[in-house]
Amino acid sequence: MIQYAAIILFVFGLYGLLTQRNIIKMIISLNIMEIGLFIFIISIGFVYDGVAPIISSVSETGLLFVDPLPQALVLTAIVIGVGTTALALAFAKSIHNKYQTFSLDEMEEQL
Amino acid sequence: MKNLIGLLVSLLLGVLIILTLASSPSFPEFGSVDINDRVAGEYLDNDNVEEVGSGNIVTAIVVGYRGFDTLGEVTVLFISALGIALIFSDKKQKRLDLKFKPNFMLKTGSRIVFGIILITSLYIIFHGHLTPGGGFPGGVMIASAILLLYLADDKFRSNIKGFKVLEGVAGSLFVIIGLLGLVIGTYFLENFIPVGSLGELLSAGIIPIIYMLIGLKVGSEISGIVDNFLTEGESA
Amino acid sequence: MTLFDVITSVIGVLLLVLAFLAINSKSLIKSVLFLSSLSMLAVVSFVIMRAPDVAITEAVIGSGLVTALFVFTLLAAERRETK
Repeated sequence: MIQYAAIILFVFGLYGLLTQRNIIKMIISLNIMEIGLFIFIISIGFVYDGVAPIISSVSETGLLFVDPLPQALVLTAIVIGVGTTALALAFAKSIHNKYQTFSLDEMEEQL
Repeated sequence: MKNLIGLLVSLLLGVLIILTLASSPSFPEFGSVDINDRVAGEYLDNDNVEEVGSGNIVTAIVVGYRGFDTLGEVTVLFISALGIALIFSDKKQKRLDLKFKPNFMLKTGSRIVFGIILITSLYIIFHGHLTPGGGFPGGVMIASAILLLYLADDKFRSNIKGFKVLEGVAGSLFVIIGLLGLVIGTYFLENFIPVGSLGELLSAGIIPIIYMLIGLKVGSEISGIVDNFLTEGESA
Repeated sequence: MTLFDVITSVIGVLLLVLAFLAINSKSLIKSVLFLSSLSMLAVVSFVIMRAPDVAITEAVIGSGLVTALFVFTLLAAERRETK
């Protein structure tokens, strides 16, 4: 069930990115797309009755573990998402310095 | 009209993704995955875990087996911090005037909480190979402690030159340790320090050292980003 | 329907409701707060799917850093408009 919810969250984010005319709302839609994608990737590696992939001593390796590879990929992706969002917000602040508005329609009138 | 086209396009994409994945025989059901059919079977093998020496398998993948991707990620963060510093560059800068004064409780409480956050972040960085966590959340926690200092005082500005020097030194040391692996051993980022026993603090070769460098680099970068957002030039 | 299925269904429905509210709300600060709570629900679902590393990273970044940067941008813009 959570895989369906993650894909629909991605589609919501894409709809917001296509139709909104405010720069801050576009950045928020980009973040919603990223969150949906992270939940979907981690749900690929889930195993029923599995435990978290941390080993404390060698004698307990007969347990059933959850797949650790998607978790490593999502860890990298979260940090890159932060870098992208920070740079986009710096651009938005600099645009507001020049045009005094965040809305794309009012910017087109001023051009 | 544009809203309708956007709605139709995204609905079409969603339906296509769901139908393709539901009818494909190689996409497994949710929860019923055989680990030994995948690459993770090699990562979780008993002999390989003893050879790498780290108890946290995700740390072993991020720094050990796929350490080159982590180098790329650190580069992407560096480029974004560089871009933000270029956009907000002015000759003389003073603190942004936001028209509200910090509360008395914030000013006195933040002195204690700053120390607690700093100790927690250092604990999470050092124990990255034994418990969940590692260099990335620890570094962002260091930046959160500095953000608290910014919020609690109206005129505070941290030592930005010191942070930039620390960031450059930590990033260069990461690449130098990787090149040392190339010189001494056989490949880039090879583990050339003897691996101790599983579960101790001083084990797992170069993995704790690299995570400490990554934590310092990420922390100083994001502190620089926060400082750039909260200052303005004299001409504004 | 085990307890696990019930909890994941409830979290899935809450995720969709919060995303819809974040995109269609009129004021910008409410959208930012809905994004922050969406990030918290994602942390809960990461813990349920046995991924503690990812949960700690997303909790620190989603609540501490991204929300703070959004609020600083909105405050600077509002201050310039009322000048």
